Amino acid sequence: MSAEPAGKPITEAELDHSWTVKLRRKAVEELPPEKMLPDGQPTYVANWIYVFGVLSIAALVTLILTGMILALKGPSWWHLTSIGHFFNSVHLWAVEIFFFVMVIHLWGKYWMAAWRGGRIRVWVTGAIIFVVAIPTALTGYVSQQNFDAQWISTQAKDGLNAVGVGAFFNTMNFGQMYSWHILLLPVAVSALVAGHILLVRRNGVVPPIPLKEQVQEVPAKAQPAATTTATGAAS
Amino acid sequence: MSGQLTPLAAVFNLNHPAHVVNWNFVHVPISNVILVIVMFIVFFAAILLPFPGAQVRKEHRS
Repeated sequence: MSAEPAGKPITEAELDHSWTVKLRRKAVEELPPEKMLPDGQPTYVANWIYVFGVLSIAALVTLILTGMILALKGPSWWHLTSIGHFFNSVHLWAVEIFFFVMVIHLWGKYWMAAWRGGRIRVWVTGAIIFVVAIPTALTGYVSQQNFDAQWISTQAKDGLNAVGVGAFFNTMNFGQMYSWHILLLPVAVSALVAGHILLVRRNGVVPPIPLKEQVQEVPAKAQPAATTTATGAAS
Repeated sequence: MSGQLTPLAAVFNLNHPAHVVNWNFVHVPISNVILVIVMFIVFFAAILLPFPGAQVRKEHRS
Protein backbone atom coordinates (compact mmCIF):
# COMPACT_ATOMS: atom_id res chain seq x y z
CA MET A 1 0.00 0.00 0.00
CA SER A 2 1.60 3.26 -1.15
CA ALA A 3 1.04 6.75 0.27
CA GLU A 4 1.74 8.27 -3.18
CA PRO A 5 -1.31 8.88 -5.40
CA ALA A 6 -1.45 6.91 -8.64
CA GLY A 7 -0.89 8.53 -12.04
CA LYS A 8 1.40 11.29 -13.36
CA PRO A 9 2.84 13.92 -11.00
CA ILE A 10 1.16 17.34 -11.14
CA THR A 11 3.01 19.77 -13.40
CA GLU A 12 3.78 23.43 -12.67
CA ALA A 13 1.38 24.51 -15.43
CA GLU A 14 -1.44 22.52 -13.84
CA LEU A 15 -0.67 24.10 -10.47
CA ASP A 16 -0.98 27.55 -12.07
CA HIS A 17 -4.61 26.72 -12.92
CA SER A 18 -5.53 25.49 -9.44
CA TRP A 19 -7.75 28.03 -7.65
CA THR A 20 -6.46 26.98 -4.25
CA VAL A 21 -2.85 27.54 -5.34
CA LYS A 22 -3.73 30.89 -6.93
CA LEU A 23 -5.59 31.96 -3.79
CA ARG A 24 -2.71 30.88 -1.52
CA ARG A 25 -0.11 32.68 -3.64
CA LYS A 26 -2.22 35.84 -3.69
CA ALA A 27 -2.78 35.69 0.09
CA VAL A 28 0.93 35.21 0.83
CA GLU A 29 1.83 37.99 -1.62
CA GLU A 30 -0.65 40.42 -0.01
CA LEU A 31 0.05 39.44 3.59
CA PRO A 32 3.29 37.49 4.08
CA PRO A 33 3.55 35.55 7.40
CA GLU A 34 6.14 37.98 8.82
CA LYS A 35 3.63 40.83 8.34
CA MET A 36 0.63 38.80 9.48
CA LEU A 37 2.32 37.80 12.76
CA PRO A 38 5.30 40.18 13.15
CA ASP A 39 8.08 39.89 15.73
CA GLY A 40 7.50 43.42 17.03
CA GLN A 41 5.98 46.83 16.41
CA PRO A 42 7.62 50.22 15.72
CA THR A 43 8.74 52.12 18.83
CA TYR A 44 6.11 54.86 18.33
CA VAL A 45 3.47 52.25 19.20
CA ALA A 46 4.66 52.47 22.83
CA ASN A 47 1.97 55.04 23.65
CA TRP A 48 -1.37 54.64 25.43
CA ILE A 49 -3.35 56.05 22.49
CA TYR A 50 -2.37 52.97 20.44
CA VAL A 51 -3.92 50.65 23.04
CA PHE A 52 -7.56 51.54 22.38
CA GLY A 53 -7.88 49.46 19.22
CA VAL A 54 -6.96 46.26 21.01
CA LEU A 55 -9.18 47.26 23.96
CA SER A 56 -12.09 47.48 21.50
CA ILE A 57 -11.29 43.97 20.29
CA ALA A 58 -11.11 42.69 23.89
CA ALA A 59 -14.53 44.21 24.63
CA LEU A 60 -15.93 42.68 21.42
CA VAL A 61 -14.63 39.22 22.35
CA THR A 62 -16.23 39.59 25.82
CA LEU A 63 -19.48 40.64 24.14
CA ILE A 64 -19.50 37.64 21.82
CA LEU A 65 -18.68 35.13 24.57
CA THR A 66 -21.27 36.47 27.04
CA GLY A 67 -23.78 36.87 24.20
CA MET A 68 -23.37 33.20 23.26
CA ILE A 69 -24.13 32.18 26.83
CA LEU A 70 -27.17 34.51 27.03
CA ALA A 71 -28.47 33.19 23.69
CA LEU A 72 -28.12 29.59 24.88
CA LYS A 73 -29.92 30.18 28.19
CA GLY A 74 -32.69 32.61 27.15
CA PRO A 75 -34.61 35.58 28.65
CA SER A 76 -36.03 33.77 31.72
CA TRP A 77 -32.51 32.80 32.78
CA TRP A 78 -30.97 36.24 32.31
CA HIS A 79 -33.87 37.94 34.16
CA LEU A 80 -34.60 35.52 36.99
CA THR A 81 -31.32 33.91 38.12
CA SER A 82 -28.30 35.42 39.86
CA ILE A 83 -25.83 33.95 37.39
CA GLY A 84 -28.07 35.16 34.56
CA HIS A 85 -28.01 38.69 36.00
CA PHE A 86 -24.23 38.44 36.18
CA PHE A 87 -23.79 37.50 32.51
CA ASN A 88 -26.45 40.03 31.48
CA SER A 89 -24.54 42.76 33.35
CA VAL A 90 -21.17 41.72 31.90
CA HIS A 91 -22.74 41.83 28.42
CA LEU A 92 -24.17 45.32 29.10
CA TRP A 93 -20.96 46.76 30.53
CA ALA A 94 -18.89 45.17 27.76
CA VAL A 95 -20.93 47.08 25.17
CA GLU A 96 -20.57 50.30 27.19
CA ILE A 97 -16.80 49.79 27.29
CA PHE A 98 -16.74 48.72 23.62
CA PHE A 99 -18.24 52.03 22.50
CA PHE A 100 -16.23 54.05 25.03
CA VAL A 101 -12.86 52.73 23.85
CA MET A 102 -13.90 52.53 20.19
CA VAL A 103 -14.77 56.24 20.14
CA ILE A 104 -11.45 57.16 21.81
CA HIS A 105 -9.72 54.90 19.22
CA LEU A 106 -11.63 56.83 16.51
CA TRP A 107 -10.60 60.23 17.96
CA GLY A 108 -6.97 59.10 18.18
CA LYS A 109 -6.93 57.88 14.58
CA TYR A 110 -8.78 60.96 13.31
CA TRP A 111 -6.30 63.41 14.83
CA MET A 112 -3.45 61.17 13.63
CA ALA A 113 -4.92 61.25 10.07
CA ALA A 114 -4.74 57.46 10.08
CA TRP A 115 -5.69 57.25 6.39
CA ARG A 116 -2.19 58.44 5.43
CA GLY A 117 0.27 56.21 3.61
CA GLY A 118 -2.25 54.15 1.64
CA ARG A 119 -4.34 53.29 4.71
CA ILE A 120 -7.66 54.61 3.39
CA ARG A 121 -9.26 51.14 3.47
CA VAL A 122 -8.21 50.73 7.12
CA TRP A 123 -9.94 54.03 7.95
CA VAL A 124 -13.06 53.22 5.90
CA THR A 125 -13.52 49.72 7.39
CA GLY A 126 -13.16 51.25 10.86
CA ALA A 127 -15.84 53.84 10.08
CA ILE A 128 -18.17 51.13 8.72
CA ILE A 129 -17.63 49.01 11.86
CA PHE A 130 -18.72 51.99 13.96
CA VAL A 131 -21.85 52.50 11.85
CA VAL A 132 -22.78 48.77 11.92
CA ALA A 133 -22.08 48.53 15.68
CA ILE A 134 -24.79 51.11 16.45
CA PRO A 135 -27.77 49.00 15.20
CA THR A 136 -26.11 45.95 16.77
CA ALA A 137 -26.34 47.67 20.16
CA LEU A 138 -29.83 49.05 19.49
CA THR A 139 -31.24 45.62 18.57
CA GLY A 140 -29.69 44.33 21.81
CA TYR A 141 -31.39 47.00 23.91
CA VAL A 142 -34.78 46.19 22.35
CA SER A 143 -34.24 42.42 22.85
CA GLN A 144 -33.95 42.60 26.64
CA GLN A 145 -37.59 41.53 27.21
CA ASN A 146 -38.31 44.17 29.87
CA PHE A 147 -39.92 47.63 30.22
CA ASP A 148 -36.66 49.30 29.18
CA ALA A 149 -36.77 47.37 25.89
CA GLN A 150 -40.42 48.33 25.34
CA TRP A 151 -39.67 52.02 25.89
CA ILE A 152 -36.62 52.01 23.59
CA SER A 153 -38.41 50.03 20.86
CA THR A 154 -41.37 52.45 20.75
CA GLN A 155 -39.02 55.45 20.58
CA ALA A 156 -36.82 53.80 17.94
CA LYS A 157 -39.90 52.80 15.92
CA ASP A 158 -40.84 56.47 15.49
CA GLY A 159 -37.30 57.33 14.42
CA LEU A 160 -37.10 54.50 11.87
CA ASN A 161 -40.57 55.31 10.51
CA ALA A 162 -39.56 58.95 10.18
CA VAL A 163 -36.60 58.07 7.94
CA GLY A 164 -38.75 55.71 5.84
CA VAL A 165 -37.34 52.29 6.74
CA GLY A 166 -40.11 51.22 9.11
CA ALA A 167 -41.37 48.63 6.61
CA PHE A 168 -38.05 46.76 6.79
CA PHE A 169 -37.15 47.13 10.47
CA ASN A 170 -39.86 46.73 13.11
CA THR A 171 -38.23 47.40 16.48
CA MET A 172 -41.38 46.15 18.26
CA ASN A 173 -40.98 42.70 16.67
CA PHE A 174 -38.86 40.80 19.21
CA GLY A 175 -38.14 37.87 16.87
CA GLN A 176 -36.89 40.12 14.09
CA MET A 177 -34.75 42.27 16.41
CA TYR A 178 -33.34 39.21 18.20
CA SER A 179 -32.34 37.64 14.87
CA TRP A 180 -30.57 40.82 13.79
CA HIS A 181 -28.89 41.08 17.19
CA ILE A 182 -27.58 37.55 17.70
CA LEU A 183 -26.78 36.56 14.11
CA LEU A 184 -26.74 39.00 11.21
CA LEU A 185 -25.20 42.10 12.80
CA PRO A 186 -22.60 40.31 15.02
CA VAL A 187 -21.43 38.32 11.98
CA ALA A 188 -21.11 41.58 10.02
CA VAL A 189 -19.21 43.34 12.84
CA SER A 190 -16.90 40.33 13.40
CA ALA A 191 -16.13 40.00 9.66
CA LEU A 192 -15.45 43.73 9.35
CA VAL A 193 -13.21 43.70 12.43
CA ALA A 194 -11.27 40.72 10.99
CA GLY A 195 -10.82 42.61 7.70
CA HIS A 196 -9.82 45.77 9.59
CA ILE A 197 -7.14 43.90 11.56
CA LEU A 198 -5.78 42.19 8.41
CA LEU A 199 -5.55 45.60 6.70
CA VAL A 200 -3.70 47.02 9.73
CA ARG A 201 -1.27 44.10 9.54
CA ARG A 202 -0.83 44.60 5.80
CA ASN A 203 -0.26 48.37 5.94
CA GLY A 204 1.40 48.62 9.35
CA VAL A 205 0.30 50.73 12.31
CA VAL A 206 0.03 54.39 11.29
CA PRO A 207 2.94 56.49 12.57
CA PRO A 208 2.31 59.78 14.41
CA ILE A 209 2.24 62.94 12.28
CA PRO A 210 5.88 64.07 12.13
CA LEU A 211 7.01 67.48 13.37
CA LYS A 212 7.69 70.03 10.59
CA GLU A 213 11.45 69.56 10.81
CA GLN A 214 11.02 65.77 10.53
CA VAL A 215 8.72 65.76 7.49
CA GLN A 216 11.57 65.12 5.06
CA GLU A 217 13.01 62.35 7.23
CA VAL A 218 9.89 60.26 8.04
CA PRO A 219 7.39 59.82 5.19
CA ALA A 220 4.01 58.45 6.32
CA LYS A 221 4.39 55.15 4.49
CA ALA A 222 7.80 54.35 5.95
CA GLN A 223 7.98 51.90 8.80
CA PRO A 224 10.89 52.46 11.21
CA ALA A 225 13.48 49.73 11.12
CA ALA A 226 13.62 49.36 14.90
CA THR A 227 10.79 47.18 16.17
CA THR A 228 11.28 46.80 19.87
CA THR A 229 7.70 47.00 21.11
CA ALA A 230 5.87 43.81 21.99
CA THR A 231 3.57 42.62 19.22
CA GLY A 232 -0.21 42.57 19.37
CA ALA A 233 -0.95 45.49 21.68
CA ALA A 234 -1.74 48.01 19.00
CA SER A 235 -3.96 48.75 16.09
CA MET B 1 -33.34 39.57 50.79
CA SER B 2 -33.74 41.51 47.55
CA GLY B 3 -35.36 44.35 49.59
CA GLN B 4 -32.25 44.61 51.76
CA LEU B 5 -30.00 44.81 48.70
CA THR B 6 -32.11 47.40 46.85
CA PRO B 7 -30.09 50.42 48.15
CA LEU B 8 -27.01 48.82 46.54
CA ALA B 9 -28.62 48.78 43.11
CA ALA B 10 -27.14 52.16 42.14
CA VAL B 11 -24.55 54.52 43.61
CA PHE B 12 -26.73 57.50 42.67
CA ASN B 13 -30.47 57.87 43.19
CA LEU B 14 -32.03 57.19 39.78
CA ASN B 15 -35.65 57.37 40.93
CA HIS B 16 -36.46 60.64 39.19
CA PRO B 17 -36.86 61.93 35.61
CA ALA B 18 -33.55 62.52 33.82
CA HIS B 19 -31.80 65.89 34.24
CA VAL B 20 -31.20 67.28 30.78
CA VAL B 21 -28.98 70.06 29.43
CA ASN B 22 -31.10 72.16 27.05
CA TRP B 23 -29.11 74.32 24.66
CA ASN B 24 -31.08 75.54 21.66
CA PHE B 25 -32.10 72.40 19.75
CA VAL B 26 -29.53 70.30 21.64
CA HIS B 27 -30.91 68.26 24.55
CA VAL B 28 -28.37 66.02 26.30
CA PRO B 29 -28.91 64.11 29.56
CA ILE B 30 -26.45 65.11 32.31
CA SER B 31 -25.25 61.50 32.54
CA ASN B 32 -24.23 61.61 28.86
CA VAL B 33 -22.49 64.96 29.34
CA ILE B 34 -20.49 63.47 32.23
CA LEU B 35 -19.67 60.42 30.08
CA VAL B 36 -18.35 62.58 27.24
CA ILE B 37 -16.25 64.62 29.72
CA VAL B 38 -14.77 61.37 31.11
CA MET B 39 -14.00 60.25 27.54
CA PHE B 40 -12.15 63.52 26.89
CA ILE B 41 -10.16 63.05 30.12
CA VAL B 42 -9.21 59.48 29.16
CA PHE B 43 -8.32 60.61 25.61
CA PHE B 44 -5.95 63.35 26.76
CA ALA B 45 -4.53 61.16 29.53
CA ALA B 46 -3.75 58.49 26.91
CA ILE B 47 -1.84 61.06 24.85
CA LEU B 48 0.01 62.70 27.74
CA LEU B 49 0.77 59.90 30.21
CA PRO B 50 4.05 58.06 29.69
CA PHE B 51 3.74 54.46 28.47
CA PRO B 52 5.60 51.96 30.69
CA GLY B 53 9.06 51.36 29.26
CA ALA B 54 8.68 53.83 26.36
CA GLN B 55 11.70 55.90 27.45
CA VAL B 56 13.88 52.80 27.76
CA ARG B 57 12.88 51.71 24.26
CA LYS B 58 13.67 55.17 22.83
CA GLU B 59 17.11 55.22 24.48
CA HIS B 60 17.77 51.66 23.33
CA ARG B 61 16.90 52.69 19.77
CA SER B 62 19.11 55.82 19.68
